[in-house]
Amino acid sequence: MTMLNRALPWVLLALAFALLPKILTSNTAITMLAMMSINIVFALSYNVLLGQTGLLSFGHAVYYGLAGFFAIHAMNTVVRQGLGVPLPFIPIVGGAAGLFFAFIFGWVSTRRAGTVFSMISLGLGELVAASSLILRGFFGGEEGVTANRTKLPSFLGHKFGPQIEVYYLIAFWAFVCIVLMYALTRTPFGRMCNAVRENPERAEFVGYSTQRVRFISFCLSGFFAGVAGALAAINFEIMNAQSVGAAQSGSVLLMTYAGGAGYFFGPIIGAIIITWLQITLSDVTGAWMLYFGLLFILVVMFSPGGIAGWLMLHQPVWRAGRLGKLAPSYALAAAPMAMMLLGAIMIIEAAHHQLVKAAGDGPAMHFLGLSLNSNSPLTWAVAIGLFALGVFGLRLVWPRISDAWGAALANDKAGA
Amino acid sequence: MLELITFSTLNGVLYGMLLFMMASGLTLIFSMMGVLNFAHASFYMLGAYFGFEIARHIGFWPAFVVAPLLVGGIGAIVERYGLRQVHKYGHVPELLFTFGLAFVIEEIVQMFWGKLPVDYRTPPSLDFVAFRLFDTTYPAYRMFMLVTAVAMFVFLLAILTRTRVGLIIQASLTHPNMVAMLGHDVPKIFMLVFGVGAALAGLAGVIAGPALVTQPSMAALLGPILFVVIVVGGLGSLSGAFVASILIGLVQTFAVAINASLTDLFGPTIGAALGDLGNVTVAQVAPVIPYLLLVLILIFRPTGLFGTRES
Repeated sequence: MTMLNRALPWVLLALAFALLPKILTSNTAITMLAMMSINIVFALSYNVLLGQTGLLSFGHAVYYGLAGFFAIHAMNTVVRQGLGVPLPFIPIVGGAAGLFFAFIFGWVSTRRAGTVFSMISLGLGELVAASSLILRGFFGGEEGVTANRTKLPSFLGHKFGPQIEVYYLIAFWAFVCIVLMYALTRTPFGRMCNAVRENPERAEFVGYSTQRVRFISFCLSGFFAGVAGALAAINFEIMNAQSVGAAQSGSVLLMTYAGGAGYFFGPIIGAIIITWLQITLSDVTGAWMLYFGLLFILVVMFSPGGIAGWLMLHQPVWRAGRLGKLAPSYALAAAPMAMMLLGAIMIIEAAHHQLVKAAGDGPAMHFLGLSLNSNSPLTWAVAIGLFALGVFGLRLVWPRISDAWGAALANDKAGA
Repeated sequence: MLELITFSTLNGVLYGMLLFMMASGLTLIFSMMGVLNFAHASFYMLGAYFGFEIARHIGFWPAFVVAPLLVGGIGAIVERYGLRQVHKYGHVPELLFTFGLAFVIEEIVQMFWGKLPVDYRTPPSLDFVAFRLFDTTYPAYRMFMLVTAVAMFVFLLAILTRTRVGLIIQASLTHPNMVAMLGHDVPKIFMLVFGVGAALAGLAGVIAGPALVTQPSMAALLGPILFVVIVVGGLGSLSGAFVASILIGLVQTFAVAINASLTDLFGPTIGAALGDLGNVTVAQVAPVIPYLLLVLILIFRPTGLFGTRES
């Protein structure tokens, strides 16, 4: 029974990877699923550093991007030299490249932990990003380097031309990487990483070199980031200098932190949601980057454990079967919350329209199917009013939520 | 050659002083609150844009005074209602808060002023030639920037070493609990230091805006260099930050002026063997040099030039 319980999440994960493209059959959906899978691996590799070892890196895209370039060059070399390496083995090249660079840069940066480590990682990230524009032979300058995955030798009769075949390739590697990274958290080394995160001094007393633990963890993280980079190279068939840049590093940080660095499944949730937002939001609004920044600040301020942390907060209540006690107060909070969100979004959209687009397109704008005038005081009054009412309402119901929480937890103790 | 050296030295010192105006606030905030403020360069950018907007409507001199005050006020609000809320979660969320803030400020600036550089010009009252040396002219505005930066430096030093407030700030750098027990409002001091640091960065923005380019990416371009400055100088050390600012200012200015590559230095055979690397000129490498310096410093002197602490 316990074996079954333990295996169940993995079976479900494998089934999800295998069956999702059967349900969401459109080409865009499959492309999105492929990108989600890549980002899951990337975010989990980042969490080996942030969540597991407590190292906050601002340059993780270096290993992702450099490995992607190596993978692209490897694909081109295979085609040019007529080597017999089929496409599914290219991620190994990426992983090796990620490991190699993590080995070199990690040697410098993992000597220190904490804030200094963060700054070194930022400096190294900038170093590589600046070099990528200088070394045109390897990075291909502004336009990047391209490859053609279908020119590689076929694997079991597949040429990986259609997106669905590439998806299954990526899904296979993503599944393997997720299992491996989970296994890593269960090893004595994984536990040692936690010890180094929590209390480096005691870890030293137990007889471990914290520097070496950080270094090994950094190398492993680089390896998995490299696999993710190679998968991205296979998926897009192009790599450019942006993939080693600060924006990419920020994106993986956002995914991991918003998802929740404290739990293994946190970055998975984060990668799925952020990838979905990245793809859909950029079509809907021009201010989508602003939403990301605000989302990040909100998570940091109000739910530092991320989405996973917030969900796991409910675990003891759920175990006790008292989730129902929270439901009424949550339902009560939903209305002002929705008003606040709607008001905030309306303010941002009207401001964005008025400041960016109104000069060319006039003040008429569309917002959730409504036609608004971004220049009229009415629009602004409604937007600000909604927001203010929402904030006010939320303040009113807040004591009820904490009361409900108190009741749910107090009963728990009384019951036990 | 002499001409190149003279002007590069002047420009390098000027750039270094600008860096120091920001690095001083950053390193003070860091040593006091343990917060590495990612948004510090964003305050510099806000200063430049506020300066541009006020200068356009009222004039440069009002902008010179009002814009830094505005930025300082924003900094104080950010500390009071943002950072202080996050403080209880620890240093990593604090760092991430400022990281997100930098992101948001850049997006808002883009929304208000567009993605392209704005036309922030040297004020007419300072738009003349200061002196002429070896047939090259040096604009008065640059001299004005230099004077402002030096005056700011002297002012800051005087406040920190000669006044009561400065004494309390110095004390709360090392012994915040003791200072609180003596009856001083330490959170208020934090807010003050954060606000003043932001105002200094804003002032740097106002005066640097017309000389450099006022664009939304200016914060992202400068931010990492500031971190290099305070790490190279030694975290929490003001004099270290000063030396490192000047050093990096000079190194970058000189590097930009040198148009030699490894091929020129070692001859074409070795140059060809190096491939791309052989043809890269020193000027092209200039943006990378500060980061190389950072890595070297961390390998050979982890505390930085003048630092005493490791983290």
